[in-house]
Amino acid sequence: MSTFDNPFDDKRSLNRAGCACGRHISQTDHDRDAGTQMQCVPVENEEKRYEGVVASAVMRQIFPQDVARRAFLKSVGASTALAALSQFFPLKTATEVFAQGGPIEKKDLKVGFIPITCATPIIMAKPMGFYEKHGLNVDVIKTAGWAVIRDKTINKEYDAAHMLSPMPLAISLGVGSNPIPYTVPAIENINGQAITLAMKHKDKRDPKSWKGFKFAVPFDFSMHNYLLRYYLAEHGLDPDQDVQIRAVPPPEMVANLRADNIDGFLGPDPMNQRAVYDGVGFIHMLSKEMWDGHPCCAFAASKEFITQTPNTYAALLKSIIDATAFAAKPENRKQIAAAIAPANYINQPEIVLEQILTGTYADGLGNVLTDAKRVDFDPFPWESFAIWIMTQMKRWGQIKGEVDYKAVAQQVYLATDTAKLMKEVGLTPPTTTTKSIVVMGKTFDPEKPADYVNSFAIKRT
Amino acid sequence: MNIPLGLRAGLLSILVLALFLGAWHLATRGTGVTQQMSPEYAKLMGLTATQGKSAMPGPVDVGIKLWEHLKRPFYDNGPNDKGLGIQLGYSIARVGLGYLLAVLVAVPLGFLIGMSPLMSRALDPFIQVLKPISPLAWMPLALYTIKDSGLSAIFVIFICSLWPMLINTAFGVAAVRKEWLNVARTLEVGAFRRAYTVILPAAAPTILTGMRISIGIAWLVIVAAEMLVGGTGIGYFVWNEWNNLSIVNVIIAILLIGLVGMLLDQVLARLTRMVTFPE
Repeated sequence: MSTFDNPFDDKRSLNRAGCACGRHISQTDHDRDAGTQMQCVPVENEEKRYEGVVASAVMRQIFPQDVARRAFLKSVGASTALAALSQFFPLKTATEVFAQGGPIEKKDLKVGFIPITCATPIIMAKPMGFYEKHGLNVDVIKTAGWAVIRDKTINKEYDAAHMLSPMPLAISLGVGSNPIPYTVPAIENINGQAITLAMKHKDKRDPKSWKGFKFAVPFDFSMHNYLLRYYLAEHGLDPDQDVQIRAVPPPEMVANLRADNIDGFLGPDPMNQRAVYDGVGFIHMLSKEMWDGHPCCAFAASKEFITQTPNTYAALLKSIIDATAFAAKPENRKQIAAAIAPANYINQPEIVLEQILTGTYADGLGNVLTDAKRVDFDPFPWESFAIWIMTQMKRWGQIKGEVDYKAVAQQVYLATDTAKLMKEVGLTPPTTTTKSIVVMGKTFDPEKPADYVNSFAIKRT
Repeated sequence: MNIPLGLRAGLLSILVLALFLGAWHLATRGTGVTQQMSPEYAKLMGLTATQGKSAMPGPVDVGIKLWEHLKRPFYDNGPNDKGLGIQLGYSIARVGLGYLLAVLVAVPLGFLIGMSPLMSRALDPFIQVLKPISPLAWMPLALYTIKDSGLSAIFVIFICSLWPMLINTAFGVAAVRKEWLNVARTLEVGAFRRAYTVILPAAAPTILTGMRISIGIAWLVIVAAEMLVGGTGIGYFVWNEWNNLSIVNVIIAILLIGLVGMLLDQVLARLTRMVTFPE
């Protein structure tokens, strides 16, 4: 049987041949589950979550033989078994020990972030006590831009940082900086970006009429850049010739839109909603409508940090995964908006953040729209994400020559590590590390990245 | 008219200020409701969109906010949100440190260059090339090599405030009157004693003028440097409030930057007057 099913359930199939991973009775069931997102198991509270994990481990130790355990469970029932177990094994203490993990090498940490809603899990973990819960004293430090956050993390002023999900790939590949082994132990948010246009373009909703527009994206190595290019190219515009795309730090986007320096941007929230709030722009479309479930920002750490202080790393990552799971629940979103709005964190009007996080928002054209998945949170760093990003780097000429997509993806996007820690905090990680992706109706097969790059009409290769 | 000049100048200053504030107030009045929108929608929108409030704050808004800041200048809400007093303190400390280092290097080096025509000509090309480099151009290099953003900011202050002092010291030392040096020579005064008792007092006014220019430059640089590296300081405050598109706070910061810059300049001006001598 596999590690993550419930040993207190006597009806589970023991037949390993049933499916590839052993969790399902048949291959059909496995396939149905494999494609889906990670599922959060609803647990009453965190204590219970750990208790479940610890109890499972103890149960397996006492009855290593599945058949013997089954017989015992059948005869006394699961709850009695658990009660009996706690009689002679101090489950409570074991749970506490487990929750703390090994001794933490370094308690005081600095984590850098850029003040955008993508960083929600990193930021909220501070005011809402997720770092404290895992025994860490973390200062979250606001940083001025992506280049600075990269340099400060490389300089070890920050122990870990919020980055755009393509950045660790670029750093590891040595594109735009010296190659330094970097990793993405967790994705922070999925979706949550939008194309915002200036009010004067409110009748130009067809991208074909955007020739000559000036667009802003936050950074060259960003999902925003790749998504905007993809979107324009799908509508027949060459992003390098028909329009201008420049890298503009998020806070300057709204100011530039007001000053008429740019016609629009594909930017992170809160900037899209802020443009609407100030009456200078409207939301043309959410990035979710291009690719539902795309990654945006990532929680990044250097390989060195992971190998030198593994327990600190595990505790930090557990805090982030915990916070991400909390943020994924719609009922918590309002509370989160209030926690991260002050000047110490994102520094935006609460109503703006609330619209973004709850997904009930003004679009700038007089309508109130609702899309609960406008931004969502899911920590699992799919290797397919990394491969897709590298295909776009290749497509737009940011990386030249041959790329070993799979190897780089595995080294940088630590899907296996994350899965292990997700299990430790009682979440159910997906059983695979790759999945197929659909971007604007076109399926991407992570097994064939080179074919994918060649399939585009507009490209720079 | 018997009104003294000082009083007249003061009255004129107040008049200019009043005119400026009045024009500012008139220019930033709201335009009233701009368009009809459902109340449900309006609730989600900012005042600029719903009430036609000008995006540029008026003098009254700035005054109210300034009062709020002045009431509690030293609050500390965590690493990213501190009172204006604390932010200014950080900035002044950084400027002080970088500037002090620059003084320690520039004055002795300036002496050397001023007293030795050989060194003067040999080092001149380097000084001429390094002098006009913008502080922000140093920043990426500093961050990359020093690997510490706090030290990088101080380094940038140092490198930018170095040149005016260096050049002025060298010039002041070289321009000491030949007669005084000849008198010293006839009295067989040694090189160190000559530098200390003859050249230093003679060149002091020029050196201090260089230092006064430098402190102004240092204060200009700190705001830009802190906007880039972030964390603390008045430059970070400007950046953080810009992030929130809070023009009110940006204006307040501009006002304070001006005031502190003026104070620093006045201190150096007073020192200059102390060492000036009539010939």
